[in-house]
Amino acid sequence: MIYVVIVFLWTSILLYILLGGADFGAGIIELFTSKGNRSKTRKTMYEAIGPIWEANHMWLIIAIVILFVGFPKIYTTVSIYLHIPLVCMLLGIIARGTAFVFRNYDAVKDDMQKVYTPIFIYSSLITPFFLGIIAASSVSGQIDVQAQDFLSAYVFSWLNWFSVSVGVFTVSICGFLATIFIIGQAADDDRSFFIGKARRTIYTVMFCGALVFVAAYHENIPLASWIFGDTLGLTAIIAASISLIIMFFLLQRKKPILLRLLAGFQVAMILFAATYSHFPDIVLLKNGANLSLLTHQGQAKAIDTLGYALLIGSIFILPALGYLIYIFQQKKEVQEAH
Amino acid sequence: MDDFLAARLQMAFSLGFHIVFACIGMVMPFFMSVAHFYWLKTKKVVYKDVTKAWSKGVAIFFATGAVSGTVLSFELGLLWPTFMEHAGPIFGMPFSLEGTAFFIEAIALGFYLYGWDKLNPWFHWVTGVVVGISGLLSGILVVAANAWMNSPAGFDFVDGKYLDIDPIKAMFNDAWFSQALHMSVAAFVSTGFAVAGVHALMILRGRNVLFHSKAFKIAAVFGTVAACLQPISGDISAKDVAHRQPAKLAAMEAHFHTERNAPLIIGGIPDTANKRVDYAIKIPGLLSFMTTGNFNGEVKGLDVIPKEDQPPVAVTHYAFQIMVGLGMAMVFIALLYFIALWKKRQWLNSNWLLKLFIIATPMGFIALEAGWTVTEVGRQPWIIYGVMRTVDAATPMPGIAYSFYLFTGVYISLAIIVSLLLYRQITMVGKLYDSTSKLPKN
Repeated sequence: MIYVVIVFLWTSILLYILLGGADFGAGIIELFTSKGNRSKTRKTMYEAIGPIWEANHMWLIIAIVILFVGFPKIYTTVSIYLHIPLVCMLLGIIARGTAFVFRNYDAVKDDMQKVYTPIFIYSSLITPFFLGIIAASSVSGQIDVQAQDFLSAYVFSWLNWFSVSVGVFTVSICGFLATIFIIGQAADDDRSFFIGKARRTIYTVMFCGALVFVAAYHENIPLASWIFGDTLGLTAIIAASISLIIMFFLLQRKKPILLRLLAGFQVAMILFAATYSHFPDIVLLKNGANLSLLTHQGQAKAIDTLGYALLIGSIFILPALGYLIYIFQQKKEVQEAH
Repeated sequence: MDDFLAARLQMAFSLGFHIVFACIGMVMPFFMSVAHFYWLKTKKVVYKDVTKAWSKGVAIFFATGAVSGTVLSFELGLLWPTFMEHAGPIFGMPFSLEGTAFFIEAIALGFYLYGWDKLNPWFHWVTGVVVGISGLLSGILVVAANAWMNSPAGFDFVDGKYLDIDPIKAMFNDAWFSQALHMSVAAFVSTGFAVAGVHALMILRGRNVLFHSKAFKIAAVFGTVAACLQPISGDISAKDVAHRQPAKLAAMEAHFHTERNAPLIIGGIPDTANKRVDYAIKIPGLLSFMTTGNFNGEVKGLDVIPKEDQPPVAVTHYAFQIMVGLGMAMVFIALLYFIALWKKRQWLNSNWLLKLFIIATPMGFIALEAGWTVTEVGRQPWIIYGVMRTVDAATPMPGIAYSFYLFTGVYISLAIIVSLLLYRQITMVGKLYDSTSKLPKN
């Protein structure tokens, strides 16, 4: 049962990065769009994510519940030592979720929009940035549980070049996902505008990815040997690179679903390469006493009931979610045909 | 500010904020579905207008409730890591199920909000009902987790270790039923009265009267029926608390001395040093009767509780008095409303009844917060009753006061913006929703 729980944990993290990430990306893209094109971008984005945007963020809750029920020691260690970036991420989540609703549900469209929109855009940037920092700090062995002073215990655990570079990389991934997603959604005369955007985000992802390796080298983190030292990890990274190249050439063709699948596949491969090399360790500590999904799991009965709850839950959730996405996709195509 | 106090205040503030949004988010969908049902049955456009207006409210409250809930799932670990390390696996069952219920709610809401003219009308209606039911289920499950803190079950506590855990037993602990019932009914009372009060104000001002009258009636019926059921659920809760947590009951009642024929103490100022309550109304024997079913039954006082295990008396007592007092006021208004509906139809058109509802607008939510204060403060100094002290559960990280100031600022600004949004939704009813006032009736 423990492996069922681990698969659910990994999948919810992946789906949060993909769906929640595309959602954050919508705000990030808005930030990097000239004033003149903003309303067009915004409208297309809203039509695309509107019905499912709440559901996209549920994956984070599922992941966090799995952590505190199944792996309480891991949840509490991260909560204590990464308190500050977690709070920053939470502030981003609050600001973004509420600003999104406020700007779409304010009955009067007036100057208050000038308050909501920047909050929405900047929190869309901040949230995945800190998410990336938290993820990087967990796996880079910077958390020092024996630290005596405030700075080394609660600040330097996450404030270092490697974590920051992964934060930037996560932001670029979100922007990339959003542009790939939006291409399928855009009206014909806007397509070339969004294709251009997608190209630029692909370059940005490649650049930020390289930056992560530079930062890792600078911080003496053996990232390269973690990822390339292992056949499966290496295969995953090669697969991710190939899919990126294919996507680059597919951008012009009208194959939105294939593009989205490739983008999803690519991110899944990156996450796989990043997590596989340490498995079953998930939080690496400075003193080497790493926290493992297998040795730090909760008591058997807790894991069993959690596994059943997740299996039963997914019987309800997945078909409903699939139908939601399907029906709004289909309605949109019917509308366009008319 | 001391870190421990800051952590408690931050948690209290976050929950106090979340509880309002969560309650509205789980009850409003039922009002909305009733209005929607009338629209589908009678084809009177005003019901469709009410449904659409309310669905906007649901969207705003659901989103705010969802983000504040997400924050809470992290705050449990950020503020109380020692608690979560031990409690997580034991009381996690309701949380994992709540994840599902909440997810379903979000999906159903996606269908509902974007489904007008796109889905089969009855399927569309059903998705609205699903929003309500799954929201209510989420609420019940979260309360089951809180009940576990009051009535820990499903593990053996041996030498400081939590052994042989059983998450199912933990979920169905002794307190879950009475707490979940009381909380769910409270959500209907407070949301019903709040919504009815707002519409009553608009009727009194003569704005879109038909629209607001239909909306008022649906909300008022929900709120008043729930208000009359609440004393029954309160009675179940009181008996349960007396049995399980005598310290909490003693603090609620400011009942210092164990005695038979114990009086019910109404109001008053508890004097902890001299162990007495000044200026209170005392009804002899009633507390014994209410908790044991016998006027001569023994009720444990604070004197049998060791000093270090006693909850703060004054806060718990005042909060309890506020809750019961407001609850009774709402029962009174509910009874007047029922008389008006059945016997005195002319009252329904009178201003005084509307004014009563307007005055009662915040009562339900004040009572809700007070009741929640009773259950949380009354459990102190324990975070897991009788097992772990709150002070031992707090995070080792210093400087929580800053985090408290930050979150307080955020929640206050959110409350202000949400109020502004609601104010605008309500004042724009004539333009956005009420089609009957613009078009000639056909």
